[in-house]
Amino acid sequence: MFSFDLLLDAVVFGILLGCFYAAVSIGLSVAFGLLDVPHIAHPAFLVLGSYGTYLLGRHGWDPLVAGITLMPLFFLVGVAVYRFYYETFERRGRDAGVRGLAFFFGVTFIIEVGLILAFGVDQRMVEANYIGKSLAIGDMRIPLRMLVAFAMALALTAGLTLYLAKTFTGRAIKAVAQDESALRLMGANPVRIKQWAFGIATAVTALAGAMLIIVGPVEPSLDRVYIGRTFCVVVLAGLGSMTGTLIAGLILGISESIVLTLAGASWAPAVAFGLLLVVLGIRPQGLFGR
Amino acid sequence: MDRSKRNWLSWAGALAFGLVGALAPAAQAQQPIKVGIGIAQTGALGGGGKAALLALQMWVEDVNAKGGLLGRKVELIAYDDQSNPGTTPGIYTKLLDVDKADLLIAPYGTVPTAPIMPLVKQRELLLMGNFSFQVNHTVKHDMWFNNAPWGDAISWTDGFFKIGRSVNAKTVAFLASDQEFAQNLCNGARSIVNISGVKTVYEQNYPPTTVDFSSMIRAVRAAKPDMVFVCSYPNDSVAIVRAVNEIGVGDSVKIFGGGMVGLQFTPIMESLGSMLNGIINYNSYVPEKTMEFPGVKDFLGRYSKKAAEAKVDPLGYYLPPFNYAIGQMLEQAITATKSVDQKTIAQYLRTHEMTTIVGPISFGPDGERAKPAVPMIQFRGIADKNVEQFRQPGKQVVLYPPQFKTGDPITPFEQARK
Amino acid sequence: MKARGAAFWIGAAAAIALAVAVSVSNANEYFFFAGYVVLQFVVLATAWNILGGYAGYVNFGTGAFFGVGAYTAVVMFKALGAPLPAQILAAAAVSGLLGFGTGLLTLRLRGIFFSIATVAVAIILQTLILNWRYVGGATGVQLLRPPVSAPFESYTRMLFVGMTLLAVGAVAIARYIETSWIGRGLRAIRDSEEAAECSGVPTLKLKLFACTVSGALMGAAGAPLPMYQSFVEPESSFNLTYSVAALAMPMIGGTAHWLGPVIGAILLGTIQQVVTVTISSELNVLVVGVLLVLFVVAAPEGIVGLARKLRRSPARAPT
Repeated sequence: MFSFDLLLDAVVFGILLGCFYAAVSIGLSVAFGLLDVPHIAHPAFLVLGSYGTYLLGRHGWDPLVAGITLMPLFFLVGVAVYRFYYETFERRGRDAGVRGLAFFFGVTFIIEVGLILAFGVDQRMVEANYIGKSLAIGDMRIPLRMLVAFAMALALTAGLTLYLAKTFTGRAIKAVAQDESALRLMGANPVRIKQWAFGIATAVTALAGAMLIIVGPVEPSLDRVYIGRTFCVVVLAGLGSMTGTLIAGLILGISESIVLTLAGASWAPAVAFGLLLVVLGIRPQGLFGR
Repeated sequence: MDRSKRNWLSWAGALAFGLVGALAPAAQAQQPIKVGIGIAQTGALGGGGKAALLALQMWVEDVNAKGGLLGRKVELIAYDDQSNPGTTPGIYTKLLDVDKADLLIAPYGTVPTAPIMPLVKQRELLLMGNFSFQVNHTVKHDMWFNNAPWGDAISWTDGFFKIGRSVNAKTVAFLASDQEFAQNLCNGARSIVNISGVKTVYEQNYPPTTVDFSSMIRAVRAAKPDMVFVCSYPNDSVAIVRAVNEIGVGDSVKIFGGGMVGLQFTPIMESLGSMLNGIINYNSYVPEKTMEFPGVKDFLGRYSKKAAEAKVDPLGYYLPPFNYAIGQMLEQAITATKSVDQKTIAQYLRTHEMTTIVGPISFGPDGERAKPAVPMIQFRGIADKNVEQFRQPGKQVVLYPPQFKTGDPITPFEQARK
Repeated sequence: MKARGAAFWIGAAAAIALAVAVSVSNANEYFFFAGYVVLQFVVLATAWNILGGYAGYVNFGTGAFFGVGAYTAVVMFKALGAPLPAQILAAAAVSGLLGFGTGLLTLRLRGIFFSIATVAVAIILQTLILNWRYVGGATGVQLLRPPVSAPFESYTRMLFVGMTLLAVGAVAIARYIETSWIGRGLRAIRDSEEAAECSGVPTLKLKLFACTVSGALMGAAGAPLPMYQSFVEPESSFNLTYSVAALAMPMIGGTAHWLGPVIGAILLGTIQQVVTVTISSELNVLVVGVLLVLFVVAAPEGIVGLARKLRRSPARAPT
């Protein structure tokens, strides 16, 4: 079943999907890429954001508004989580890597099971005017929900890149990623900066969670699928690069979409991980890495 | 540490077992008859499973109100299998070895039932099937009896393809989930198609966890089929209907549907609303005039009241009457043979025709219906967010088989959707 | 050292004898059904610890090696009608090979990258199995057990004893590695890989060895699964839950000593089985997660570490 129309369709859908993947990974780009936190619980926070959006959606809130409203709450949670992580693991040094990793792995499971206990294993969706309709361009049909996610993703990436480049705290975050001791010598407190950065990363993830439930139904075990996708994007991008995240997201989205159309749906799950292994094998520092 | 722990456990187990063995004969007469089931209350099949369990509970209450079976009360022990086939071997082992169930009813649905077929065959146990499809075809257990109105694949797909022939459809696209039910059904459909000269222009098997069908629907549209035969489970059925609604399946399609599980669950029918219009799909019972079996209206009336209290599917058309029928069959077999022995009951079920609220039921040698009859219905005039509309005839018009038919198909599909 | 060695082997023999004795007794069938799972985790936890605890390379892909072992057994059974011991050997061989291959691909990576790479390998393998019709694809495959031979009353009891043998074997192997020069080398790698390399420790060879042995044992643990359930399908065989449990149990028990994974597996495994029977099966995943976080934060040396501290403190002179 090969035709150019279908391929073009796949590429267009892949671009929309790719931007969405970039948006859900950008929080990890900051947390892991810039701050070196082995934040394997990032997809779990993503799904948590989706469920938060679902809860507000049940009271009639528009999902995007709900996502934005959740951001301050998630910011505080992020700060707390980083503080705890820093005090327990980074400070004590020895064996911190393994145990920090195990800690976040445990947190992932606690969040996942917590969601199952609270909401059950059923799929959850939100309703909005733009969900369920599509834009017709010639023979192509572009679902509006993907366009909304695409627009938000671009806005988010642009916003975060500008923030890191232009504002004082933003540049401090980049500085702490590059040379922590130098920063300390200049009188700034690196822990407070990293805490702030992790908070922002988590807040962004709340909005990404809203996008996740707009794009499709969610269930508690969805975090497992996104571990592969988000880490693939972040590693492919190269640690610490925001624009790299967008480009890497696009690469992943388009590859997945093409594989889906040509080889069938049963191979799609392996695309993200396959790409990840290839990148780790050939160019572990990614496309734009530090 | 491990040695002493194991020691203690084995002594405790031996003691308990000895006590039970000593007391058993004396206690038999007062012991309830335990019927065990693992049935989806959550997950993809939960929408149907909850209604089914309520019907089984109603049967247990009715039987106990009449004094029980053979003077003993009936007790129903049920666990939630979460629509997950990984849980059922553990649940049924627990039912047998910890809860000491006397009789087993299968989980609702093919996918959760498949894992326990070898278990019941090797332990030589009777298993009352619950709307599975061809789940016994590999293991060939001789104590399996399935309550569903279908038999083999042909009994199911024949209707859909006959309707297709009546509107001159020449090509077909297949969309099937990669799981036991959908694969069994689609393979059966494919063999019919091969014989009848219809051409397959597209086929796709998708992983059961797929949530986004836009690419697949686009590909279906590009292939321009006359018929689209879908074999899916509730989550994918909903996603496919939404995708079709979102981007459309093309003007070439005359009939769409076939084997979509979930479009019979009331909560799903309510949430999809007008998106269902035009779809031709299977069902088991619909409130059309041709399907008024003796006893079924009375049952549904009582069910509705209980369902409202239990906050479960208020209409109860799809599964509940057939689950109540499982109870009725067991009741008739036990009362006639005056025994709770698995083999005796199985022998009775094999050789007799039983009267139930869904009509007479008799079984063939494979444990499926001797006289299958699967209604193929078309959704018409469905409005959004209205549950009560489904109680009226004319919303799910029966197109096949002839004995239940109440209307002719409206094609093409995109027309019928309006 | 010699007295300790004798004590270990006597204990091992006693455990096997006890398992056999229990399995021919009248104990409730469900005990063997649940006990099998606990023993299976002893093997998985011990296997994980060889790479994770001794060498410091955290493997998140235990589910893959376990699943590959299960599916190798399926193929052996379907194609050759092979008996269980042959299935286990084949599974160990294939998973060992897989471990070796994974090691070659990923051992150049450090820390979290290695761990993510193991998840990647796991998902890719699961996808491969999903697409392989012969073993049933996503649908799974039903299997009829061969008749069980005396003195066992049921196949489950036989599997229980078989898994006991595997558990004892795995622990013996782990103990050997820990106390030999291999263990010393792995510890050196865990403490500082650069320093180890500079001192002439053959780091790559040792890491590959650990990967291979770890993988082989995980595969062996997975081999009896198809017969245990009479059914196998990819989603539950390759499940991430195995990966979390295999990681949590040694972390809870203690990663430095071979006894740690055993204690962790028996403790956590038993709690899980009790919770599943009495409450629900979700809650048992929660138990794993909570205990893991608790121990990783508060008792990084695990139960073995706590026991050591308790033994040492009365002897400490007051300061």
